[in-house]
Amino acid sequence: MTTMPDRRASVVDLVGNTPLVRLARIDPTLPMAVEVHAKLEWYNPGGSVKDRPALAMLRDGITRGQLRPGMRIIDATSGNTGIAYATLGAALGYPVTLALPANASPERRRILRALGAELILTDPLAGTDGAIHAVRAIVAAAPDAYFYPDQYSNPANPAAHEATTGPEIWHQSDGRVTHFVAALGTSGTFMGVGRALRARTPHIGLIAVQPDGPYHALEGVKHMASVELVPSIYEPALADAIVEVTSEAALAMVRQLAHREGLMVGISAAANVVAALHVARRLTAGVVVTILCDSAAKYLSDRVWDDATVAAGGGI
Amino acid sequence: MAVTVTIPTALRQYAAGQAAISIASGTIGEVLQGLVDAHPQLGRQLYNEQQQLRSFVNVYVGDEDIRYLQGLATPVPDGETVSIIPAIAGGVVRDA
Repeated sequence: MTTMPDRRASVVDLVGNTPLVRLARIDPTLPMAVEVHAKLEWYNPGGSVKDRPALAMLRDGITRGQLRPGMRIIDATSGNTGIAYATLGAALGYPVTLALPANASPERRRILRALGAELILTDPLAGTDGAIHAVRAIVAAAPDAYFYPDQYSNPANPAAHEATTGPEIWHQSDGRVTHFVAALGTSGTFMGVGRALRARTPHIGLIAVQPDGPYHALEGVKHMASVELVPSIYEPALADAIVEVTSEAALAMVRQLAHREGLMVGISAAANVVAALHVARRLTAGVVVTILCDSAAKYLSDRVWDDATVAAGGGI
Repeated sequence: MAVTVTIPTALRQYAAGQAAISIASGTIGEVLQGLVDAHPQLGRQLYNEQQQLRSFVNVYVGDEDIRYLQGLATPVPDGETVSIIPAIAGGVVRDA
């Protein structure tokens, strides 16, 4: 039986409750008793998992009186968090300013500008660093004009996942989930979902995903061992294991997921699947759940989707 | 005669913390090899096990991506700047 989606008062009310889908074809060698499932987070209205923490941080700011009518939301983000702020800011009536490296993709800049965000483009060589410095300088000069959520240290970020993503995974898997696998960016997804699942299944396996070095192509993912400023919301002890994924393996998985599952995903989602399969192949029975952070929609100008690369088999 | 190679923040830990390094001029392949000879830890970050430049490494001569020039055979004139750009618009988080 299918149910008609509810009518909602605002796009804001569409955040969360994303589908969980089994990846049944990506690795035919897995035993029948080993299942890999993925949360399709691009079903959020802003197109990524980041709608969840962004909404939680904005609501927390409003509740605390830190975000008031007439103020601007500001943050440093090259990616999905910026789109989430711009989407939700438009729907809630707050203007948004975002600092991002000038080499952010053209799709990204167009989406952000289309949603009404003001963009400050920073030095590409400095990566996110340059964008963070720009935001801090602007906020320091006019602190009353801006609300700076700072997703790396805002407890509302992991709390959003502890309250929504984790319980959703638990219910959608009928409480059968045995392992949860997710990459560390701010670490909000891993921390929040990990806590929610461990509270329900103390023996659950929590596996964090990392790039194999500080220079990598896994957008939104941090190499924690080499960063000077580890997000303050990150607690390393929660992870039972860390799986390192090469950028090459993730790029190949992007194409494999499209061919074998009909899922066009972003590269951090593909990295999560590489790691989830690494975990699944070592099991005789179990239910492994991971997160597909976003779809490929914002990355179609990347070389990974070039005709020649796809025609050549795309690493499959 | 030399060219300047700019190092992205994420890789400076493998290059004695330097943001820019002077390397003898030549082709891009020779310049990058000179860079790795001077800072061997950069090798694993830039090259795969077949000693090819990793597919996601972005190298520019001036403002031009070497993929749209002559790849590793692209000549680098004296005084030119070679930039290794972060593979993504994002990357390492550092404190102020």
